[in-house]
Amino acid sequence: MTTKRLLTAFAVLIIMWLIVPTLVIVPMSFNEAPSFNFPPKGFSLRWYENFFTDPNWLKALFSSLQVAVLTMFVATAVGVLASLGLSKVKFRGKGLLEGYFLLPLIVPGIVLAVGLYSLFLRMDLLGTLPGFVLAHTIVSMPLVITNVMASLQGLDPRLEQASSSLGAGKVRTFFSITLPLIAPGVMAGALFAFVTSFDEVILSLFIQSPTLQTLPVKIFNSVTQTNDPTVAAVAVITMLTSVIVMLVAQFATRKRKRPVAA
Amino acid sequence: MTDQTVTGGIAAGSAPGAGGGTPRRRIPSNWRTLLLFVPAFVIVTLFFLAPLIDVFIRSITDPKLGLQNYEWLFTTDANIAVIVRTFGTAFIVTFVCLLLAYPYAYLMTIVGDRARNALQLFIMMPLWTSILVRTLAWMVLLQDTGPINGLLAAWFGIGPIPLIRTTFGVALGMSQVLLPFMVLPLYSSMSKIDKRLLPAAANLGAGPITRFFTVYLPLSRPGIFSGGVTVFILGLGFYIIPALLGSSKESMISALIQQQISVFLMWGQGTALGIFLLVCTILILVIVSRFNKNGSLFPGVDK
Repeated sequence: MTTKRLLTAFAVLIIMWLIVPTLVIVPMSFNEAPSFNFPPKGFSLRWYENFFTDPNWLKALFSSLQVAVLTMFVATAVGVLASLGLSKVKFRGKGLLEGYFLLPLIVPGIVLAVGLYSLFLRMDLLGTLPGFVLAHTIVSMPLVITNVMASLQGLDPRLEQASSSLGAGKVRTFFSITLPLIAPGVMAGALFAFVTSFDEVILSLFIQSPTLQTLPVKIFNSVTQTNDPTVAAVAVITMLTSVIVMLVAQFATRKRKRPVAA
Repeated sequence: MTDQTVTGGIAAGSAPGAGGGTPRRRIPSNWRTLLLFVPAFVIVTLFFLAPLIDVFIRSITDPKLGLQNYEWLFTTDANIAVIVRTFGTAFIVTFVCLLLAYPYAYLMTIVGDRARNALQLFIMMPLWTSILVRTLAWMVLLQDTGPINGLLAAWFGIGPIPLIRTTFGVALGMSQVLLPFMVLPLYSSMSKIDKRLLPAAANLGAGPITRFFTVYLPLSRPGIFSGGVTVFILGLGFYIIPALLGSSKESMISALIQQQISVFLMWGQGTALGIFLLVCTILILVIVSRFNKNGSLFPGVDK
């Protein structure tokens, strides 16, 4: 019993270490003084005002949202198709194919970033919207596939069989039977893809151009080159965006258990 | 998996309504299922495999065909120092994560469902915030005029101790980010350990320390392996945290790659470093998956 109590105390410390340090950024964003010192002095919204009146920051925010939404659609569409394929066919080397799709998760980001930079340089894709979306799709799609595969594994194959024996074609069966049943997994995958793209830094740093920079790139450049406390406000905004999206994803996956595994 | 195969190809034969069951129809239906892979395959090949091949080709052709870039890599003392530092930092981070994650994961196996879900949620929550934002927060906390040094000065009258721009700062930030990747595989392997084994060992006269080292620890080895490998290889490739929490004295392989390519425009040398990092990652995965039979190539990737 005492062991359990000790372990609990230890776990609380770990949780605090994981979560509390990040929160210092919140009071920093309301700092009155134009410095990065903690604790902040006074209360002001000037850094938020700075952010929302600076066309450069707003442009980066808009680019980030644009890239993240497009990435979400591309990665989800392509990832769902691939997951369906992986769950339906059986052939030698299927495991290899699945591994191939998941490989971007373990390859060091910097190596892929350099490769994409080199490739995009020649294809004239540097700092372009399609370039960003394709690069982000590569790292987002594995998350869609793992989520959708998990949903598909809990799916009763007899439901699809019943549908097709009642005369529904493959496409109709997919849209009226399969998709609604795996919707929570698809939804979670899509949200993961959005957040991955919205937070992606290394690839974006390499494929950026002065005309197209995502928010994390702008934050990184601002931190390394200037001492502008506006980044604290920007950080809080991006943090809130990711947390809200992930809460929705969490909610979606929690609901998953009821319809699919019933 | 096998059940689902039925719906794919052979179902046409067993379900008369669907496909008529003629052999003529069977082949195209299976062939059409393969079409589902095409978009993913094309995207991954063109924008993942092709860039990596491009990196490799550049490393042996830039500026001229040959292995001179690899020779440079292994004969320059500064490079060796960076490589040793990268592996050293990744190792420290892995060790710290293991020490912190082990009791946490163990606690997850002995509490009720609700507490376990809460513990799991708390571990996942940091992943909802980008590495960049969390690193920014550490920058604020660790700076010489930051709150940690402030407390040290107020309570113990010492300081300011350099925390930022040190290996300590880098390891602290990296461990915080990578801890979840250690806890989850550890928990999944510990939850499979038969709870009756420890009392059994106690019955046979083993003390708590013997029980832990001869029974529990060996049984949790798959989790230690897959968590350790994930943390280690992710740690090898870190760029953002060393760039912001370290100094040029703490730079790791990633920073060196970035520097060679973006600053010195030495594509050959930068890409050779990249291939070296990639090969190390793959080698570690292959070696460990050999030792760890039930571990897959993708340990705990569900981030």
